[in-house]
Amino acid sequence: MELAFYLSGLVAVLATVGVITGTSPVHAVVYLIVSLIAVALVFFALGAPFAGALEIIVYAGAIMVLFVFVVMMLNLQADSEREQRFLKPRYWLGPSVLSLVLLGSIVALLGQGGVGETIDGELLTARSVALTLFGPWLMVVELAAILLLAALVTASHVGRRSNPLRKRNGGGSS
Amino acid sequence: MTGIPMEHGLILAAILFSLGLLGLMLRRSMLFVLMSLEVMLNAAGLAFIVGATAWNRPDGQAMFLLVITLAAAEASVGLALMIQLYQRFRSLNLDSASRMHG
Repeated sequence: MELAFYLSGLVAVLATVGVITGTSPVHAVVYLIVSLIAVALVFFALGAPFAGALEIIVYAGAIMVLFVFVVMMLNLQADSEREQRFLKPRYWLGPSVLSLVLLGSIVALLGQGGVGETIDGELLTARSVALTLFGPWLMVVELAAILLLAALVTASHVGRRSNPLRKRNGGGSS
Repeated sequence: MTGIPMEHGLILAAILFSLGLLGLMLRRSMLFVLMSLEVMLNAAGLAFIVGATAWNRPDGQAMFLLVITLAAAEASVGLALMIQLYQRFRSLNLDSASRMHG
């Protein structure tokens, strides 16, 4: 269990580094899928198999397939010059220092806080999650449904091919 | 088999979150910005799962379900906006959309 946790955590971190430093969009998407599957393995190692299965089905199976579809539909190539400029230290030095300071402060807080809990891999089954979700959390499930409906309406409105706003403006000026 | 300290899981979540933040600040292509946002949301979900398994309560997993819902909504709207950006400017560079007109 410990070995699986540390190994898949290492794989997740390395694949995420591959995501943010990649230049080809397809390679970056595949690195992100590897990172998500590694995080799902971390969930399995921690003893949350329901969350791990959901991570693979919903994240790697639905959301990332959406990314792959869009990348293939737009036929994206690797931007050669404008995107490569972040490889110069002048551009990556400031953001890396900022996020390193943030990470260092979080790690220092965790180091001195002493939560003291250990995870012994006891299974949290889907049954207890479902009882929580449809018992005291029922209102939150309804709110999530409304959020998904709003996202559906917004995506189908924004993602249209033709823009009636532009047509109307053209008609008004002529 | 002594178990994983809770701090290690939280540190892994913090590392993933700051990597996502670094990618968000570093990249100018909208596809990479959206993927960095996905990494950050995923790290937040990992922190919830670590809390849920450390205290052995299912509330954190229910919260993880909501984080996944939020990530799906954000990805669909973001990708629709990205398609519109590409149709207008023939490029995914966010700097090309930095000027308001109208």
